[in-house]
Amino acid sequence: MFAYSIRRIFMVIPVLLGMSIIVFFMIRAIPGNPAQVILGQKATKEAVEALTHKLGLDQPWYVQYFKYLGGLLTGDLGESIRTGASITEEIWPYLAATLELSLAAMLIAIVIGVNAGIISAWFQNSWFDYVAMVLALIGVSMPIFWLGLMEQWIFAINLDLLPTSGREEVRNPVTPITHLYLIDTLLQGNTEQFVQVLQHLVLPSVALATIPMAIIARITRSSMLEVMKSDYIRTARAKGLSMFWVVYKHSLKNATIPVLTVIGLQMGLLLGGAILTETIFSWPGIGRYIYEAIGYRDYPVIQSGILVVATIFILINLLVDLLYAAIDPRIKYN
Amino acid sequence: MSKHPVLEVKGLKTSFFTDDGEVPAVDEIDFYINEGEILGIVGESGCGKSVTSLSIMGLLPKGIGKIVGGEILFKGESIVNASEKRMKEIRGKEIAMIFQEPMTSLNPLFTIGNQMVEAIRIHSKMNKKQAQERAIEMLKLVGLPRAKEIMNEYPHQLSGGMRQRVMIAMAMVCNPSLLIADEPTTALDVTIQAQILKLMKDLNKNFNTAIMMITHDLGVVAEVCHRVVVMYSGKIVEEGDVCTIFKSPKHPYTIGLIQSIPDIREKKARLYSIPGNVPKPGSIRQGCRFAARCEHAFERCFKENPGLYETGEQGHKVRCFLHQREEEMNVERTVAAGERT
Repeated sequence: MFAYSIRRIFMVIPVLLGMSIIVFFMIRAIPGNPAQVILGQKATKEAVEALTHKLGLDQPWYVQYFKYLGGLLTGDLGESIRTGASITEEIWPYLAATLELSLAAMLIAIVIGVNAGIISAWFQNSWFDYVAMVLALIGVSMPIFWLGLMEQWIFAINLDLLPTSGREEVRNPVTPITHLYLIDTLLQGNTEQFVQVLQHLVLPSVALATIPMAIIARITRSSMLEVMKSDYIRTARAKGLSMFWVVYKHSLKNATIPVLTVIGLQMGLLLGGAILTETIFSWPGIGRYIYEAIGYRDYPVIQSGILVVATIFILINLLVDLLYAAIDPRIKYN
Repeated sequence: MSKHPVLEVKGLKTSFFTDDGEVPAVDEIDFYINEGEILGIVGESGCGKSVTSLSIMGLLPKGIGKIVGGEILFKGESIVNASEKRMKEIRGKEIAMIFQEPMTSLNPLFTIGNQMVEAIRIHSKMNKKQAQERAIEMLKLVGLPRAKEIMNEYPHQLSGGMRQRVMIAMAMVCNPSLLIADEPTTALDVTIQAQILKLMKDLNKNFNTAIMMITHDLGVVAEVCHRVVVMYSGKIVEEGDVCTIFKSPKHPYTIGLIQSIPDIREKKARLYSIPGNVPKPGSIRQGCRFAARCEHAFERCFKENPGLYETGEQGHKVRCFLHQREEEMNVERTVAAGERT
């Protein structure tokens, strides 16, 4: 287990390096001088030259890359062209907002999706199975923006149960510590704000959870059905185990591996793909941060945003790989 | 050996319900197993051996396989319609089962110890430590070296023979009155086979556990069984004690099976084989099911279904028209003898 983990962790290094190269050349692949693109057609020659120098674009590409890599290794993501602030400092509140939203969405997706999948497999071809799988199909094909708007219209506008958008009550803003508001309000012992933050979280996280929930439910079901046909499940039944234990102990653990894979991939997609949800619900997340940067042609921000999201994606999949080994004793020996 | 039957199967009929309709896999079979007896159930693949065992355990695939008739009595108690709660008590504690594939019959993600202790604790009030000690004791009993270490190992770390020993240890852990062994040696090397068979014989002797040995290997039957039931296409075609069946098999199918055992003393150009294949369950509705492959078949065999006729030897029965006369003759003889006295 230990040797496997170490090996697996070291394997991440070339992946991260490769990613940094791709992200680095992405910005250089823009036709013409990026400084010109950033400043627009009417910019003066001096201004373009100044920006070219500031961005370091007048140096050879390998010098630029190693400078950039050196910056990354010391945690320096560069400066935003629009605000002039350090991106490293600027990006965290946005990232925290997205993390909070996507973790909440994933929690909903896993709890409901996995259990729906298990019950569907257990009672295969029952009405529950049919209803759950039709709902899952609808869930996968549902356009998120439409679902988000419907949620707002029903639960916020008509029923007035939950806030329409934002992350916190405007008149009662949270004092950030970690920028993960649920944790911040708990740290401050502010129950009222905690509830408010939670209420703001409900609609966007449900909207964001729909697709992963549906996919997880379908994968769990098929994976469970596969496992429940196996010999060791028959052995477990022949021992006199109840169906509940057979399903939740013997089958679920074996069915977990494909489900984990999907959860890892979906988590990555949530982080990068939360843009629509964040826009509809005015959620100040990383998706919005990158989206706005695109509008301002703030290349360093776009570059850093992509880099951060991709890194998290890689780390989540590393975590999934390590979990495989923790679950399946056979993996360490292969 | 006492003569109380542990298990009696009477007129058991199990069908599978597929898109093509009802397919009878086991068709009105009767047999019994006495306490401490080893009964062999022999037949080719697809003859209904495994379905019979799953019917007894109540583990037929839900919604597909179903017992549609007959009775299964375990120690006199009918278990065909027993509640799931009662069946859970019986499974593992009263009737245990081991399977053909030791490689896949243990859960790969849990240690041997975990799976053994679980089997013990379902049916007893032992605490974890006691259960662990009992598990180690059982592993030693089935002849596994380093029992303590094996407790912490995973199935993939053991060989096929060792896994089958673990399966047997796990099955015997609650001292069941009946052990159903569904082709327990089929997937093993010959030398390991012999060891496993010896182990099962020892367990039968020392604990008086009745064993229902399902197999297609007549060698296994000759080695361990007391009595044999030969099945063909969901029906019992011959039954009797081991010596009778091997010395004077009556049913053409049994004769064929015995002839197809290779004999090391004879050099034959070609090994005997029964022509044709086992018919698909449910495909023959009329006549003897073996008729199409039988060299002795005559017209009647294709029209009527033969009954199970007694041959005159103790407990020896055969489902073949060729031997019907024998039964009638025996009856006549007994009647005549009765008249004389």
